[in-house]
Amino acid sequence: MMTFLTNLVSGISLGSVYAIIALGYTMVYGIAKMLNFAHGDVIMVGAYISFCTTSYLALPAWVSVIFAIVVCTALGVVIEGLAYKPLRQAGSLAVLITAIGVSYFLQNAAQLIWTSNTKVFTSVVGSGSIKLFNGQLTITVAALVTVAACIIIMVALTLFTTTTKMGKAMRACSEDKGAAQLMGINVNRTISMTFAIGSALAAIAGVLLCSSYNTLIPTTGAMPGIKAFTAAVFGGIGSIPGALLGGILLGIIEVFTNSYLSSELSLAIVFGVLIVVLLVRPSGLLGKYVPEKV
Amino acid sequence: MAEKKQFEKGKMVPVPSVSIIPERDLDKTPILECSHLGIDFGGLTAVNEFNITVGRTEIAGLIGPNGAGKTTVFNLLTKVYQPTRGTILLDGLDTHGKTPAQINRMGIARTFQNIRLFNNLSVEDNVKIGLHNQEKYSMFSGILRLPKYWRQEKAAHERALELLSIFNMEDLADHQAGSLPYGAQRRLEIVRALATNPSLLLLDEPAAGMNPSETAELMENIVKIRDTFQIAIMLIEHDMSLVMGICEGICVLNFGQIIAKGTAEEIQSNPTVIEAYLGKQQEGGTD
Repeated sequence: MMTFLTNLVSGISLGSVYAIIALGYTMVYGIAKMLNFAHGDVIMVGAYISFCTTSYLALPAWVSVIFAIVVCTALGVVIEGLAYKPLRQAGSLAVLITAIGVSYFLQNAAQLIWTSNTKVFTSVVGSGSIKLFNGQLTITVAALVTVAACIIIMVALTLFTTTTKMGKAMRACSEDKGAAQLMGINVNRTISMTFAIGSALAAIAGVLLCSSYNTLIPTTGAMPGIKAFTAAVFGGIGSIPGALLGGILLGIIEVFTNSYLSSELSLAIVFGVLIVVLLVRPSGLLGKYVPEKV
Repeated sequence: MAEKKQFEKGKMVPVPSVSIIPERDLDKTPILECSHLGIDFGGLTAVNEFNITVGRTEIAGLIGPNGAGKTTVFNLLTKVYQPTRGTILLDGLDTHGKTPAQINRMGIARTFQNIRLFNNLSVEDNVKIGLHNQEKYSMFSGILRLPKYWRQEKAAHERALELLSIFNMEDLADHQAGSLPYGAQRRLEIVRALATNPSLLLLDEPAAGMNPSETAELMENIVKIRDTFQIAIMLIEHDMSLVMGICEGICVLNFGQIIAKGTAEEIQSNPTVIEAYLGKQQEGGTD
């Protein structure tokens, strides 16, 4: 029973990280209608920035987090402006391939700057833990902070998109960019803003992810990026609650297959679940099926 | 007062002095002045030598057979397409090189032939999208919910309800826009366009799909909007009872060219117009 609970807690914690990353994918997809495959690598950059701030500049952990958020936000806007904006009228395949190119560029740039040696990432939230049930159940502070961060981000983002004018402009752009700009909305600025928010979330996700796993290499972001993308599709891409649900479920499935079935098979099972879900519900768990207009 | 003269492509002749501006607007700067406006798609000339002047509080009609280029003119005015030639002056200001969003801020708002509401948003939020540029608070105050945010949001809410009341739609404010009946969606599109605070409102087939009593109500409302907001309205419409009933100046387009301009009576008795609508079989569209 206690193993089950321990697994559940670590599954939810891992899932929360996936959910935060998935939000970046889902928002960008919802508004710019593109898959930003470089998103996973922005996570890695965020983690490196935080690492450098604490290790080389010896600044406190919270400063490093803010630093990572600022750098990643700027990076996201720059990537969008340089790589994706010129392709706004181009086909979706061109943008997709560019995104993969940006992803490799970031990984290799990181390798040049920080080398491919594994860096030891010290958790930004300390290594404390809470023991419950006479020490049978241990919950790390990192896990608690991750889940809390995920909840706060979800609530803030939902409020932002439903009640502020920028959020409404984003939803308008996600439905009909042409009509939105004829209503006076600056579509390019709205898309930049989406990338800024997505990348800021990526920075938070990067710091949280590395706080739990403590290692950092230039390809750190790649696998969580792919899994979070899976989570976004699983929950229904374009939907914010879908990203949360998909992320948490994916995290739980991964941890449970790891501990009860086989750690070698965990990825196969995670993606197997995705395939089954998409066969039954092509638009994901919470996604809306939009019939093609004829 | 038909214009018999056909303009040759690429040859800039002076804009004919025929004016159909209502008398009350004569001493004011016209809201819209198009001269030699034209666009080519590849080798195809969709609109050519489009010259029109719209008065400050005029209700103008743009009619013509299917494929004549009417919606293309609206797309040129709102810069969905950049014109190949010619100029568009809005309130005396050149609109060259502006984006659709900037054009909207300069004062042109429009509706669409095929309704393009934000279907997943509520009715009120659709109107608030139109109010977007009039709400001035930073993202910072939006996230932190500073007093400025509450004040502006409250003002926007009241303004949205006020605009919806034109069509008695306040009660529908919380409904999802996509779930409204067809006629209400058309009316909401007009409200959303009005929310952007335009000085020229373009209506693309506002009465399409409406029954005669709905159309009659719409006619009253269009005149009411013009009187209340003191703006110019230009509309594309196939329903001749509406066009002849409320438009003060009418412009007839065929194959991308203006074939007649004038008042309702002048247009109805114009032989070129009659021929375009009823006469010889037209072969193929131009769009």
